Amino acid sequence: MRHALLLLAALLPPLLLASAAAQAQALPPVVPITGGVPSGGAGPMISADDTPPPEPTENLDIGISTEEIAITSDFRGADLTIFGAIDGFNPRLLAQGKYDIVVALEGPKENATVRRKERVFGIWINRHSITFESVPQSYSLSSTRPVEVIAPADQINNIGIGVDHMRLEPVGFLGDGSNVGAFRDAFRRLKEASGIYQRDPGGVQFISASLFRATVRLPANVPNGVHIVRAYLFRDGTFVSARALQLRVVKTGLEQAITQAAHQQPFFYGIFAVLLAVVTGWIASVVFRRD
Amino acid sequence: MRGVTVYLPIAELSVNILIILGMGAAVGFLSGMFGVGGGFLITPLLIFYNIPPVVAVATGANQVVASSISGAITHFRRGTIDIKLGTVLLCGGLAGASAGIWIFALLRRIGQLDLVISLAYVILLGTVGGLMLAESLRALRRAARNEPMPLRRPGHHNWVHRLPLKMRFKKSKIYLSVLPVIALGFCIGVLTSVMGVGGGFIMVPAMIYLLRIPTNVVVGTSLFQIIFVSAYTVIIQATANYTVDIVLAFFLMIAGVVGAQYGVRVGQKLRGEQLRALLALLVLAVGIRLAVELVIPPAEIYSIVSGAASY
Repeated sequence: MRHALLLLAALLPPLLLASAAAQAQALPPVVPITGGVPSGGAGPMISADDTPPPEPTENLDIGISTEEIAITSDFRGADLTIFGAIDGFNPRLLAQGKYDIVVALEGPKENATVRRKERVFGIWINRHSITFESVPQSYSLSSTRPVEVIAPADQINNIGIGVDHMRLEPVGFLGDGSNVGAFRDAFRRLKEASGIYQRDPGGVQFISASLFRATVRLPANVPNGVHIVRAYLFRDGTFVSARALQLRVVKTGLEQAITQAAHQQPFFYGIFAVLLAVVTGWIASVVFRRD
Repeated sequence: MRGVTVYLPIAELSVNILIILGMGAAVGFLSGMFGVGGGFLITPLLIFYNIPPVVAVATGANQVVASSISGAITHFRRGTIDIKLGTVLLCGGLAGASAGIWIFALLRRIGQLDLVISLAYVILLGTVGGLMLAESLRALRRAARNEPMPLRRPGHHNWVHRLPLKMRFKKSKIYLSVLPVIALGFCIGVLTSVMGVGGGFIMVPAMIYLLRIPTNVVVGTSLFQIIFVSAYTVIIQATANYTVDIVLAFFLMIAGVVGAQYGVRVGQKLRGEQLRALLALLVLAVGIRLAVELVIPPAEIYSIVSGAASY
């Protein structure tokens, strides 16, 4: 076991570097972030005045165990393992455990509408709604420690890591902006309650000095499409660098054929559904004939 | 129970296949016992089981096709279908189903589809269940006192029979205006596409009490019309909304048609008024369950809808 790990540690960085570089080109740039201390604020690095902070030379390389997750008829969710390595790290800081890793798996983005019921004439009906622009349909977060502990809130909010910090921007004009907060909270609560948004604040583990392994969970109702694995490196509470990879979640076999037929040949699909019903009903009346 | 999941490609979720088969069999049993399509039971059940209402309605209509076909074939062999009357009903039904699809899309857009489906169920099930229960209780009391049943007089006319555009329906031995027939078909068509019901539980009483159509052809003729309107609804829903889940429909159908056969056998052992009273109680129970849901404060007042097209 130990030999295998050592071998892995030796082989992985160059391997991952190549695949990550190839993938990174095809991807849109990771969230625009101005790395380093927030300007003007009394950041976590107060000592910055007398000794200049070391140049952020660290890089992150990641690789995933598979690039494609297939949804089969008995799909009940899956675990995705992400391996990664910190490149160009400062050994002293690494030894002190000053590096933190956050890995997020973001599902395909879509607008989401949150509706609120109110009592009208004794019955509960949907009254108010707010639509949030292009939010991930699913979200799994894995980190070395809870994100709130890793970095100051304004940085986390800026990058948008974690269920509580991702951007939820309402679409269109809002007459009364005061209740957006309640809708945001409801959105997060419902998504987490259904298991489609989840977090694992201990899901990233260092398996050697600079090599780490993250596990993110894909729930059974994971949406199809292109998901993005994002990994973030923090040094002593400061965001340093990020990497992103694509993960495709696809239906396979019969499930895929059915979905495709339903969307590309909807008329014939409907005819087929009816014929299936006709044949089933007819066979039943023949099998159980009693006259 | 945990091991037997199946992924529904259109509803996009995994369900326990045993629960789906159980639902299909139970509804099939009741529909065989009472001679109804069962759409009014299967759609709410699917919604209780977290199937999105849009998928439940469209798939429910597909299940109704299967259960109505076996019933209609039996009636066709016995010659108890009035094809001409059924065709006139169907003309109204297809128009109604088209209008219903349009209403369905509109309600979905403004976010009130669930409410309208629930309200429509409460009102319809409450009314039909209440009327049926009252009627069957009267009949049961009468039977207990050994009084003879009052004879219904098919020749007796009401306002319906003074309408113009009359047509002769030979099989039913009736001379009737096509207007109320088309209107009835239209209303049932709207219900089929908005609620996923076949509408037999409304159509049969309306044909007997309102149109005075002889009882022997009523069930067969209503099944004849239900097949075509449901089939039409399935095709339109599939084309316009992509909401027919064929995997879900298939399991429901298989369990449904088998359950129906056992239901028929039990049904034959019970007397007509007992059956009607039981059906009335069942209809009322579903209606009350849905009404309670509307009135009590919900555990969660927020809900999330993803995307523009999916509901």
